[in-house]
Amino acid sequence: MKLIALLQPLSALVLSPVLLGVINRTKAWFAGRSGQPLLQPYYDLGRLLRKGAVYSRTTTWVFRGGPIIGLAAVLVATTLVPLGGLRATLRFSGDLVLFAYLLGLTRLFAVLAALDTGSSFEGIGASREVTFSALAEPALLLGLAALARQSGSLSLSTIYSLLSADAWLKAGPMLALVVGALMVVFLAENARIPVDDPTTHLELTMIHEVMVLDHSGPDLAFILYGAALKLWVLGSLLAGLIVPVRTGNPWLDGGAGLLGMLAVAVAVGIVESSMARLRLPQQVTGLLVGAGVLAAVALILSLR
Amino acid sequence: MFLLLFAVGILVLSGLAALWRPRLGIGGLVTACVIGLVSPVRVLAGGAGESLRLAWNVPYGAFFVQLDALSAFFLIPIFGLSALTAIYGDEYLAAWRGKNSLGASWFFFNLLVASMVMVVVARNAILFLTAWELMALTSFFLVTFEDETESVRDAGWTYLVASHLGTAFLLAMFILLGRQSGSLDFNRFAPVNAGALFLLAVVGFGTKAGFMPFHVWLPEAHPAAPSHVSALMSGVMIKMGIYGLLRTLMFLGPPPLWWGWLLVAIGLSSGVLGVLFALAQHDLKRLLAYHSVENIGIIALGLGVGLLGISSGSMPLAVLGFAGALLHVVNHALFKGLLFLGAGAVIHATGTQEIEHLGGLSKRMPWTAATFLIGAVAISGLPPLNGFVSEFLIYLGSYAGAVHNDAPVAIPLLGVIAGLALIGGLAAACFAKAFGIVFLGEPRHDRMAQAREPGLMMRLPMALLAAGCVLIGLLAPFVVKVLPPVLAELTRLSVADGLADAVRPLTLIVFGSAGFIVLVGGLLCLRCVLLAGRAVETTVTWDCGYGRPTPRMQYTASSFAQPLMELFAPVVRTRRKFVAPTGIFPQASSLATETPDMAREAVFRPLFAGIGWTLGRLRWLQQGRIQLYVLYIALTLLVLLIWKLA
Amino acid sequence: MNADVILILLVLTNLRLLGASRLGASIRTVAVQGVLLGALALLAHHNHLTVAVLVVALGGMTLKGVVFPWLLFRALRAAEVEREVEPFVGAIPSLLAGVAALGASLWLTARLPLPEPSHSSLLVAVALFSMFVGLFLIITRKKAISQVLGFLVMENGIYAFGVGLVVDSPLLVELGVLLDVFVAVFIMGIIIFHISRESDHIDTHKLSSLRD
Repeated sequence: MKLIALLQPLSALVLSPVLLGVINRTKAWFAGRSGQPLLQPYYDLGRLLRKGAVYSRTTTWVFRGGPIIGLAAVLVATTLVPLGGLRATLRFSGDLVLFAYLLGLTRLFAVLAALDTGSSFEGIGASREVTFSALAEPALLLGLAALARQSGSLSLSTIYSLLSADAWLKAGPMLALVVGALMVVFLAENARIPVDDPTTHLELTMIHEVMVLDHSGPDLAFILYGAALKLWVLGSLLAGLIVPVRTGNPWLDGGAGLLGMLAVAVAVGIVESSMARLRLPQQVTGLLVGAGVLAAVALILSLR
Repeated sequence: MFLLLFAVGILVLSGLAALWRPRLGIGGLVTACVIGLVSPVRVLAGGAGESLRLAWNVPYGAFFVQLDALSAFFLIPIFGLSALTAIYGDEYLAAWRGKNSLGASWFFFNLLVASMVMVVVARNAILFLTAWELMALTSFFLVTFEDETESVRDAGWTYLVASHLGTAFLLAMFILLGRQSGSLDFNRFAPVNAGALFLLAVVGFGTKAGFMPFHVWLPEAHPAAPSHVSALMSGVMIKMGIYGLLRTLMFLGPPPLWWGWLLVAIGLSSGVLGVLFALAQHDLKRLLAYHSVENIGIIALGLGVGLLGISSGSMPLAVLGFAGALLHVVNHALFKGLLFLGAGAVIHATGTQEIEHLGGLSKRMPWTAATFLIGAVAISGLPPLNGFVSEFLIYLGSYAGAVHNDAPVAIPLLGVIAGLALIGGLAAACFAKAFGIVFLGEPRHDRMAQAREPGLMMRLPMALLAAGCVLIGLLAPFVVKVLPPVLAELTRLSVADGLADAVRPLTLIVFGSAGFIVLVGGLLCLRCVLLAGRAVETTVTWDCGYGRPTPRMQYTASSFAQPLMELFAPVVRTRRKFVAPTGIFPQASSLATETPDMAREAVFRPLFAGIGWTLGRLRWLQQGRIQLYVLYIALTLLVLLIWKLA
Repeated sequence: MNADVILILLVLTNLRLLGASRLGASIRTVAVQGVLLGALALLAHHNHLTVAVLVVALGGMTLKGVVFPWLLFRALRAAEVEREVEPFVGAIPSLLAGVAALGASLWLTARLPLPEPSHSSLLVAVALFSMFVGLFLIITRKKAISQVLGFLVMENGIYAFGVGLVVDSPLLVELGVLLDVFVAVFIMGIIIFHISRESDHIDTHKLSSLRD
């Protein structure tokens, strides 16, 4: 196997925590602080990996297995998503379905691990998590269907390699709608404002943070790394859309994809600094249904 | 053919023997199932079909049975699941020994399996309807096993009425078909007025399968029946409706576009509404029954996709849609059977099926919990298990069709994609609730303390079904190779390489699944290595400083589902009975929720009330005097005489 | 190509109206719609821009983008009502109905015998969609202001229809529609003020009690 084929997953594995750092630095800049170092997530991961663990007596193997199964699923998902024009390792017709469902597997085991603790805090987070993700999945799959119809292929890598500047000139409005829908799905799945607040630690206002309250040590490191990878993987979908550079040279395409990821991270930081979290659950469900509607409108427009 | 009929004979004989000794019935059934599996496997592996036709002295009837690929495909889950549930049921029913008649129950069980086999191989309408009716009657007696309970009797009655209403439509359909061709043999049917026939078939077979809104008997009958019977009914018997619909499609000729639209609409409503009502339930078996409705909806979606493919002449669409639907038939038999058997183990151990009273059972019943988890992950359609494979085939067909076709075909396919995504998300939510509240956390009731793992005879079928789920998921490309003969019969196209564009994705999915399992193993080792020599302690769950947390403070099942239920409140219409504490100090209070079935409340209750009112107006006909009745008879005869002679 | 962008923005404004929960946001969205329509009219005539066309288009944009919102906000303040949309049909079902309506509009447009199908099909579909959204708002919203907004959206749809199809004397159509709308908003503003003065609210649902 050539090195080129491994470039995409390697960049994901190595660079995904940097995204978290960029988002945090952007938010700090908006708040007038100097903020954490860019590489802080790496230090966090290292610190957690060096610690021991504390388990609750209520929990069973589901709790101990949840973070591992979740991380393994996201790792497999990483091999499916292209970085702009740089093709993914695993490519086949219909890989977008496998991608969405692997994220679903991660989510199910996170929810089960949360319910295993027998605490009502984790129950709150789990209940909200399943509600929002049930509404976000149709938006994701419909948005990807619009992209598939536009490019005529069913494989993520082929779809994204055909999203050049030409495609934007031809079907710009529809692609803009898909970007809108995917952005909302991105914010919802990665627990960002306006759906969830990753910096608060009040149980009544959290979704993802409260589900991992009882994890510690290497388990928490796996969860943190899995979250960074999920950020990268969903961000690649957006980055490939907003930076339509397709030269055919894998290094140039990969570089353009990285620029796109940087743009996405900065955009998330800007959104987080300028908005407050929406009221749970009516306004968030309204937002997610709106994303689904945007994707449906994009699809309907591409049908004529 | 003779091997198959021999197996049916053993079933009937051992059923009769069960009246004397129940164990004989079970033994005979398992033997018959093993013998019976030989012929279908041979046919599916590429053998030729067989047929047998004996004349009967019933007018228009004939003992015409045939074993082709479609019948063989449906026979495999029939025999497989029947054997496993019988083994399970032996130990499960032990609690009722002496109280209810076990022998009668096993008699009817064997007859049920025999009638299902006959339904699948019958090729004459009289034979088919006889077997269909026998299936309904035997399952009615099986459902009302605990007939001392009034709710069980009511459920049985609902089931019987619904079943016969559906059969009435089937009768009408067969009469119409027979009138045109002059014979009631399936291979002589000539379809005229196919649209009306299709509608009759959808209603008639849909009642048995559980399409919305004809599903109202499912949530009543399945919880009332003993768990092994629920498993068999949900896993196999409702698929007889799907089989009937497929067989009818085979002799109705080329389908117009609206048939596909109709099935997609039925699939969407059954799937989404089924899973919503499942989320609202807090009776474990009722929850599983609504999930059967949801999965039948998914199968209907696959059938709709396939029909759209045939109507529009797009072979990949037709092949993938039907392949997904057929594979989901087998998959659902596996994981729904597993889930019902698991629920039965829980009920057997704790004596309750109320989810809000269960909890923490994973520590006391680890094997049951593990197999139930595999069933839950499979039914949510998540990789790497079998549910994902069948849903992937339907997705692949829908995406391929939506990308390459025009609006009349693309729009329902987009609905299929959005619908499947929503159904998948809601199903995962519902099973997170079911598994999480029942097996995880702390016990919510004292009864949980006496829960123990069930015996080997109950655990073995569950383990085998779980293994089946995992194997079909991991061996997907090979499993899919079984389907072409069946698909060729259904679509009348040569599908030798029709599934080729599905094999490569499935192979890579299996590759990804293997990678996933390797990664799980690797991460486990990594964690072991990291934690070796470090402090690993246990403590209580983080309780935010509360002094005395109790298990009742855990999240309840209703609370877990509440955000979703609130969102869909106009559809689900849960009724709440809330007794609030009065005054300033804490007091006893209660909250009860009940979710009646929407179709039953909105459609059938008013309908039956209306019929009852109308018939009540005719009550004056029944005066109670014999002279009047004799007058009625004489008048009728007179009218008939005049009519015939004039 | 640019016309497509404006049309899609129109679709988005309609969807925003269906999902909005506050009156202020709704009024501003309708104002944006008016400006977009003016831009659409300018684009349609970009080959032959005369002074008359410019005056009408810019005048329309001013009227719909500035004057009407000002009138409506004044009526809102005078009536002193809560600034929340009170719908019979909630935001999410309205949005889903909107998507279905968009699909239906496209389907209907494909069946209409248009003079130049490929050129103006999206325009006609968006016009039909706006008309439907306006009607939907009138039927499913309780407050009188929402019904004025619904009427405005319907007129916007008719206007777009005219821009797309009428080739000979488009100015006449535009002028007529503008006058129509101006009078309507003016009169409705006065009526709303009077209703609120008499009965302390502008809930049309409760107005049926007048007949008792």
